[in-house]
Amino acid sequence: MAHAPCPFLLMDNNQPLSHSDPRRQLRMARSMCWHCQSEVTGEYFCERCVKVQPVSKDTDYFTCLGFPRRLALDPKQLEAKFYELSRTFHPDFYQTKSTNEQTISLSNAAVLNTAYRTLRDPIQRAEYLLALETGSVKDIRTSPPADLFEEILELQDTLEEYRASDRGSDQGHRLRATLQTEQEALERRKGEMESQLRRLFADWDKLQDTGEATSQARAERDRILKQMRALLSHRTYVNNIVNDLAATIA
Amino acid sequence: MARIVGIDLGTTNSLVAYMNEGQPCIVPDRNGRTMVPSVVALTDNGLIVGDSAKKYLTRNPERTVYSVKRFMGRGLSDVQSELAYFPYSLTETGGVIRIRLGQKSYSPPQISAMILKELKLRAEAYLSESITKAVITVPAYFNDSQRQATKDAGLIAGLEVLRIINEPTAASLAYGLQKNTQGTIAVYDFGGGTLDISILKLKDGIFEVLATNGDTHLGGDDVDRVLVDLFIAEIREREGIDISGYPDHMQAVRLEAERAKIRLSDELKTEIAIELPEDKGRFTRELTRDQLESLATSVIERTLTPCRMAIKDAGLTPKDIDEVVLVGGSTRMPLVRQRVEALFGKPPHCHLNPDEVVALGAAVQADILSGGTTDMLLLDVTPLSLGIETMGGVMSSLIRRNTTIPASAKEMFTTYVDGQTGVDIHILQGERELVKDNRSLARFRLKVPPLPAGVPRIEVTFLIDANGILNVTATDMRTAQSQSIEVKPSYGLSDTEVERMIEDSFKFAAEDIGARKLIEARLDAESLIKATDRSLAEAGHLVGPEEADAIRAALSQLSTVKDGTDPHAIRARMVELEQAAKHLNTVMLDDSLKKGLQGKKISEVS
Repeated sequence: MAHAPCPFLLMDNNQPLSHSDPRRQLRMARSMCWHCQSEVTGEYFCERCVKVQPVSKDTDYFTCLGFPRRLALDPKQLEAKFYELSRTFHPDFYQTKSTNEQTISLSNAAVLNTAYRTLRDPIQRAEYLLALETGSVKDIRTSPPADLFEEILELQDTLEEYRASDRGSDQGHRLRATLQTEQEALERRKGEMESQLRRLFADWDKLQDTGEATSQARAERDRILKQMRALLSHRTYVNNIVNDLAATIA
Repeated sequence: MARIVGIDLGTTNSLVAYMNEGQPCIVPDRNGRTMVPSVVALTDNGLIVGDSAKKYLTRNPERTVYSVKRFMGRGLSDVQSELAYFPYSLTETGGVIRIRLGQKSYSPPQISAMILKELKLRAEAYLSESITKAVITVPAYFNDSQRQATKDAGLIAGLEVLRIINEPTAASLAYGLQKNTQGTIAVYDFGGGTLDISILKLKDGIFEVLATNGDTHLGGDDVDRVLVDLFIAEIREREGIDISGYPDHMQAVRLEAERAKIRLSDELKTEIAIELPEDKGRFTRELTRDQLESLATSVIERTLTPCRMAIKDAGLTPKDIDEVVLVGGSTRMPLVRQRVEALFGKPPHCHLNPDEVVALGAAVQADILSGGTTDMLLLDVTPLSLGIETMGGVMSSLIRRNTTIPASAKEMFTTYVDGQTGVDIHILQGERELVKDNRSLARFRLKVPPLPAGVPRIEVTFLIDANGILNVTATDMRTAQSQSIEVKPSYGLSDTEVERMIEDSFKFAAEDIGARKLIEARLDAESLIKATDRSLAEAGHLVGPEEADAIRAALSQLSTVKDGTDPHAIRARMVELEQAAKHLNTVMLDDSLKKGLQGKKISEVS
C-alpha cells in the first residue's frame, strides 16, 4: 500500500495523510537512487544507472497515475496510463534483474494496481479524494436523513416478516411485492443521490480549475467536501440495504 | 538466460512446451506423442511414469496413482466424498494427504514431481540441453495452498519455478498470439478434474483479466463417475456381482467409461464391454449419446454457475463478450459446446487444440520472463478473497477476489493486555462471512515487545505476488524493525519437509537412473539376442562350426546375465557377443549383396 499508516487509527490504515499533516512536507525532500546514490531526476528510473526506483510511500494515487486531483477522469486515459505503467513496473519484466530491482518492481506494481482500482470507480475515487482532503470518511458516520431512517425501520420489519413467512403463501407473495416496490424506490433514491454527487464532482473540478485561494473559495471548498461526505455516506447506506433486499428476495 | 520451458501439469495428461523462433511448440517423445499421461506406477523395477505407467492402472491398481492433481494442497477431509473411487490408499499427516505405494508414502507434490521430472527429461532429450527453469500452469481457481503445493512439486523435481500461471490465461496468451484479437474474451476451461472461467480484455498486447471463477473439483472425471455408477448398478442388477469390490475391474470400468464418453463426442452410439470378475463373462450394453447427455447434464449445468458469476464480477453481460474460447479435453463433448453457446449467445471458438493450448501459452509466458517476448503482458487476478480472522469467528477481507496481482494490503496490530508478547494471526481465503466456511491458509504468531496494552504497533503486509501466492512481512512501527514470520501452512508441506523431499529426490534420482539403465540394457540385450539368433539360422552354414559354437556360447552367457540386475554386466556381455558375431554378420552381408547383384549389369549397380 502506498501510504504510511496513520498511528491514530487501528484497523483502518490505508488512508493517506491529510493536507494539514506536517509529515506531508517531509516527502518533498529529493530522493536518492538506492543503487548509485545519485539524485533521482527521472520519473521512475535513475537516469544515471537506469535502475527502477521505488514509488514513494506517500505518493497519492492521483500523482501515481499522473492525473490532477479531479473527480471527472476519462476512463480511457486512465486505462492507457495504467497499461503504460504496468509495462514499466510489472515483475514479468524484472525476472532477469537483481533481487533488489525485483522487490521494487513487485511493490511498485502492487501500488499501481491499488491506485488504478481506486481511481477507476467514481465512488471510490471520490471517497479517496475526500480522505486525501479531509481525512478518513470511513470512521465518520453521519446518520441517515430522518425520513429515510423511518422508511428503513419499516422496511426492516417487512423483511423480518418475509423471512419468517411461507414464501409460497398469499402473505409471502404480498410481502415480496411490497419489498420489490421498496427496492425500486430505494434504487431511484440511490440514482438521485448519484446525480447529486455528479453535480458536486463537477463543482469540485471547476473550483480546482480556477485555483483561487480567496476566503470565498475556501468556504466553497468546505461546502462541497461536506456535502460530498454526507451524500457518499447516505449512498453507501442505501446501497447496502438495496443489496440486502436483492439477496433476500432473489 | 537459460531456457525456460512451459509446463501444463494436468489432471489426466501433462505436456511441456518451448519457444522456437517466436512460436510455441510442444516437445514430443520419440514416437511423436505430445502428452504424458499423469500416471505414476510402482512396479518391481521401481517407479515409472506416463504411458508405460498407464498400463498398470488395471494390472496393479493399488500401486498406480492417477488424478493426483485433485489432492494437491488438500487435506483428507476435503476429498472424503470421492475416496471410494480411488483404488490406492490415502492417509493424512500434518494436513497433507499421503499416498501409500508399497513400503513408502508420498505426498501429492512428490508424485507430481515425478511427472515433472519425466517432462524435464523429455525436454532435455529433445532440446539437447539441461532444463532447470520452468513456468507451470495451475487452474485459475486454485487457492494459495494448491499453488504452493505445485511450486513445491517443481522444487522436488529439480526445477526452479519462475512463475505459476493460470491455465485459462495461459490459453489466452497462445490464442492472442495466434489470432491477434482485440476485445473481450471468455476462456471456458473444462479439464479432467477442474473447471475455470476467465473473462479477459485484450488490448494492444495487454491481457487484462477482469474476473475469474471456477471449481477445482469439477471435471471430465465427474462425467466418468456418473457412467461408472450406472454400470456398477446395472452389473449388480443383471449379473448379481458387486464389481466395486474388485479394484482392478473398477479401473477397467472407469477406463471404459472414459473411452465411451470420448467416442460419443464423434458418434451417436457405442458398445460398452466390461470383463466381469471370477470368469463370469462380460457385461455389454449399448450407450447412446442421448443417454450420456441426460446423465451428464447435472455435471455440465454446474459449470455454468461459475461462468455467470465471472461475467457479473467483470461488470458485463454475456452479450458484451466478443469471443468464447474453449480449452480442456472435456470441451470436446457436444453438450458442453451447446450449453456454452446457449449461455453466451454465440458459437464458441474451438479451432485450437484444447489439449495443447495451455502448455503453448505457458511457453509464451516463459518467453516473456526470459525477455524474448516484450510486447505481451498478462495482468492476472487473485481468484479468492484473502482475509484474517477477527473477533467472533468472522473473516475480515483484506484483498478482494478479482483484484489485479501483485496486490498488497497492510494491517496494524496491537495488544489488548499489558505485557502481551504475541498476537496470533489466522489467514483465510474465501468468500463467506464466517471463518469456518472459508479455507484456512496459515497461522502465525507476531512477536510483540512486552509493553502496556495498545502501545505496540506492528504493521503486517500481506502481498499476493504475480504467482498468486501470499507473502507476509511484519514491521514494528516503533522501532522500524522488520521481523521474520514463520508461517505454518494449514494444508501444506513445511519448508523443512520440502527440503527433505528435494534431498530424497536427488538420492533416489541415482536409483531411478539405475533402474532406467537396467531396463534399457535388458531391452537392448533382448533385441541383440533375437537378431543374432536370426543370423545364425540364416547364415550359420557360412562360418565354421567352431565359430558358430563360440557365438552360441556368447549368446547363452548374455541370456543368463540379462536376467540379473547389473546393467554393466549386460552391456559387457553384449560387446562380447557382438565381437563373436562380427565375422558372421560380415559374411552374411556379403552373401546377401552377392545374391542381390546376381543378374545385374555393372551399370545398374553403380
